[in-house]
Amino acid sequence: MSGSEHHDHDHDHDGHSDVPSDVALRAKALFSLLADKGLVDPDGVDRIVEAYEHRVGPHLGAKVVARAWVEDAYRESLLVDGTAAVQALGVGGWRDGSRLVVVENSAEVHNVVVCTLCSCYPLALLGVPPVWYKSAPYRSRVVMDPRGVLAEFGTHVGPEVEVRVWDSNSEVRYLVLPERPLGTEHLGEQELAALVGRNAMIGVERVAAPVGDVTD
Amino acid sequence: MNGIHDLGGMAGFGPVWAEPEGTEPNFHADWEPSVLSSMYGTLRLHRWSLDEFRFTIERSAPVDYLRRSYYEKWLAALEELAVRHGLVGEDELASGRASLPVKPNEHPWTPSFEVPVAAPRFVAGQVVRAVNRHPVGHTRQPRYVRGRVGTVVRAVGAEPLPEEAAMGICTPQRLYLVRFEAAALWGPDAGGNDAVYLELWESYLEDLS
Repeated sequence: MSGSEHHDHDHDHDGHSDVPSDVALRAKALFSLLADKGLVDPDGVDRIVEAYEHRVGPHLGAKVVARAWVEDAYRESLLVDGTAAVQALGVGGWRDGSRLVVVENSAEVHNVVVCTLCSCYPLALLGVPPVWYKSAPYRSRVVMDPRGVLAEFGTHVGPEVEVRVWDSNSEVRYLVLPERPLGTEHLGEQELAALVGRNAMIGVERVAAPVGDVTD
Repeated sequence: MNGIHDLGGMAGFGPVWAEPEGTEPNFHADWEPSVLSSMYGTLRLHRWSLDEFRFTIERSAPVDYLRRSYYEKWLAALEELAVRHGLVGEDELASGRASLPVKPNEHPWTPSFEVPVAAPRFVAGQVVRAVNRHPVGHTRQPRYVRGRVGTVVRAVGAEPLPEEAAMGICTPQRLYLVRFEAAALWGPDAGGNDAVYLELWESYLEDLS
């Protein structure tokens, strides 16, 4: 996999600073010991890499969002019981006891998700979280100054809109149902899903209208 | 514990540095997925709870917590847990060679999410205060809500109390989704209608009505 070259840009602000060189050895030693003792699947590493490269990622969340945009009954079921509604679309991987709550953006409310205490995140729908989501700047500030953090993502929320921050401190995981952009009435479900990005489902951005389709 | 991990409301970390969406790789080094794999694999052994894993990370020295990368924190915690729970020995970690048998799992961690039979203490719309407490052990009640007043949105089932789960004891307790007005948490300068939502265990709350 393509990992090592990304160490070229290590710096204090991305959470990858000061990694001792023996970390790689320790990580592989621990995994090998566990595998040699039959405690973990020896193919587990390859399976995890393959899963997050090819099967589990934000396209799953986008599929859920697009369905909610085109089908009102689905949208309602998603807001009532997120776990059941995404499972109905074939999104599995929910550990016993973990629940999904979907929060809907509107002209009145803008939602944004964080885990201030660690890094809880809806992996089954969005894949592995980006570094910034797990970083001290995001976790420390978004609960106290959500508008300032959103502005750093280029998202400006007017004073008439209420900002709701969802801190994932229990086993609940949150997904933001973004607003459907204007000018997308003619698009089908798959085309809509292609517009929906990870950041919009965390709530730090909006879904942009497709290029060339902006209404006048 | 009032550890460095409890970051909500702290200042001084600077702006959020986000790589543009779609450009960041899933993993930033080839050893990272082996840590994730060790994490998932060992969790399935029912030796320790997710809260014990978190608490192990939370107890690292603050300077280490901030300096270490995300998966490096996980690795240090997994090494500690694997030794504590008899999966591997210190010398095995040092040599990288398996030489010891795995100790039996004498206290399996089997979480329950069964909702207690006792009626919920709080109902939707009730005004509550998050208790002011500073436990030395693990908690999932962030510092920024302690002593603050909020409103119950709804009861949301039950989960093991994190304070006990971190010690391998499972007592499911009811949870409540609670809304805290931004001004109640951060003072009058905070955004007018803005709010923070959390799920808080029953013993984290007291009635104010």
